[in-house]
Amino acid sequence: MNFTFSKRARTLTMTLIGVGLVAAVVGILGDHTDHHQRTWANLLVNGFFFLGISLGALFFFALQNATETGWTVLVKRIFEGIMSFVPVGAIVMIVVLAAGSAHVHHLYHWMDHTLYHPYMVGEGAAAEYVDEAVQGAVANPNYDHLIAGKKAFLNQPFFWLRSLLYIAVFVLFGRWFRQQSLQMDKETGDTLVKRHLLNYRRSALFLVFFAVFSSTLAWDWLMSIDTHWFSTLYGWYAFSGMWVSAMVTAVILALYLKRKGLLPQVSNSHIHDMGKWVFAISFLWSYLYFSQFMLIWYSNIPEEVTYFQQRIDHHPMLLWGTFFINFAIPMVMLMSRDAKRNPRFLIGVGSVIFVGHWLDVNMMVMPGALGHDFHGIGLLEAGMFLAFLGVFIHTVLTALTKAPLTPVNHPYLDESVHHQI
Amino acid sequence: MSNTVIYAVYEDPEQLKDGARKLVSNGIKVKDVYSPFPVHGLDPIIGIKRTRLAIVAFMFGIFGMSLALLGIWYFNIFDWPMNIGGKPSQAFYKNLPAFIPVTFEFTVLCAAHGMAITYLIRNKTLPGMPARNPDPRSTDDKFIIEVRTADNHGHSVEAIGGLLRSTSVFEINERHY
Repeated sequence: MNFTFSKRARTLTMTLIGVGLVAAVVGILGDHTDHHQRTWANLLVNGFFFLGISLGALFFFALQNATETGWTVLVKRIFEGIMSFVPVGAIVMIVVLAAGSAHVHHLYHWMDHTLYHPYMVGEGAAAEYVDEAVQGAVANPNYDHLIAGKKAFLNQPFFWLRSLLYIAVFVLFGRWFRQQSLQMDKETGDTLVKRHLLNYRRSALFLVFFAVFSSTLAWDWLMSIDTHWFSTLYGWYAFSGMWVSAMVTAVILALYLKRKGLLPQVSNSHIHDMGKWVFAISFLWSYLYFSQFMLIWYSNIPEEVTYFQQRIDHHPMLLWGTFFINFAIPMVMLMSRDAKRNPRFLIGVGSVIFVGHWLDVNMMVMPGALGHDFHGIGLLEAGMFLAFLGVFIHTVLTALTKAPLTPVNHPYLDESVHHQI
Repeated sequence: MSNTVIYAVYEDPEQLKDGARKLVSNGIKVKDVYSPFPVHGLDPIIGIKRTRLAIVAFMFGIFGMSLALLGIWYFNIFDWPMNIGGKPSQAFYKNLPAFIPVTFEFTVLCAAHGMAITYLIRNKTLPGMPARNPDPRSTDDKFIIEVRTADNHGHSVEAIGGLLRSTSVFEINERHY
């Protein structure tokens, strides 16, 4: 059965985009931060958050192939739909990063080339920065020996090489998985099994790439905002946030499509299992959030604790609030079996967690990017979120119209239809 | 009144489920089923209620968490505050992050052990308890339905036997008490 983009859904997404854009534009006009830093930071937050959701879906899709999981076959089109946002999110990220490289904004402090050289010759804009105390050189007041020590990793050519490599790998694998999935609908017998096994091997290969890139992209795009600070499990923390947002999105989408009668074979058991994923990954996220916080808080080393000091002093609501929303709410609300089988309840709790993880990305980016100019969630933040949400829903629903929602052929289709827990 | 117990032995879980379905649809109450492994989808057929073990686990978890927090508060805040690495130690809430790992471990310990022990007691399978299995083959490759006449006054032993023989049953045994 094919999904058609209903008039109501179209109106809703357009309203979201419209209201969001108006609010964002009003917010941008009121953005008096240096270099419109706040606007760029918002683009980064939303670009990363929604790209993260689609990457989480891509990862989960590959995980199902690589583990040869049977029950998710009936809902695999949903993940393919969410995956379709990868190129859009990637474009937003490239724009934000390119603007940083061109010094249009100053989110990435380390992109300032004057930080890396101990000496300078001349003054002002004409100054030349040098590494040796040559004739006429004076000490460079901008020199930052901590950042200079990270030059082997944090330099623009290598940064761009990495960023483009991540995006290329994600986009290419995403397209390939989608093509294979559509191709499988047309095949039966041995060719189908062969293609399934090819999927299996390619997915395992993708997971190897993703294991590395999910960590390093979080270092590059988010952690490098707080350039002096570092945390080794930051990458997993960011990744678990992506994953749980993707699972929440998928379960809400599945319930929406099921309610419209488009997924007749998806039973309560499938929904229950997807709810379990939301529940479980919420704990993975909480575990990583707390591990990062507790170790740094406990050791209390100045170079590490600055990150949390800034957030505890100036944005305690955001720091503790995200933990409360993303840990306590799923824990209490989604613990019982009945809760995970109740569509309205699941959509309600899922939406709260969804916003909670968006707040979490704000918590990761905003204090470092804006410093004292960050005053919590305002019109600009809310507007940008709604506009991105509208574009995201539009992209995903459009992708869903392009293939039958229930896969026609898959070696595990029958197993998925008879999934019962 | 004499009580007859009928054991219908099946060789396959699907045949067992068909047999159980047939009995239940004819208004016969199935006392229990013995099988070498859990049979998927059997519980709703023979009307076994969902286990309440999860609720027990939750309560044991809450108990463990409370006990851990109470203990930590008593040892480290009330009775003998310690200065470890210059950390604030006079207020419970200020030290809470450092207490979370212990609290978590103790919660899990209590929930897991409490759940396992409750399970063993409730099923009367604590170590050393006598086995209640009517037929040792049900631990190997046979699937056995137990029907008691005391539960099914409207049906004679012959009627139940006849009904069972119309399914793909392997053998039928009777025992009198």
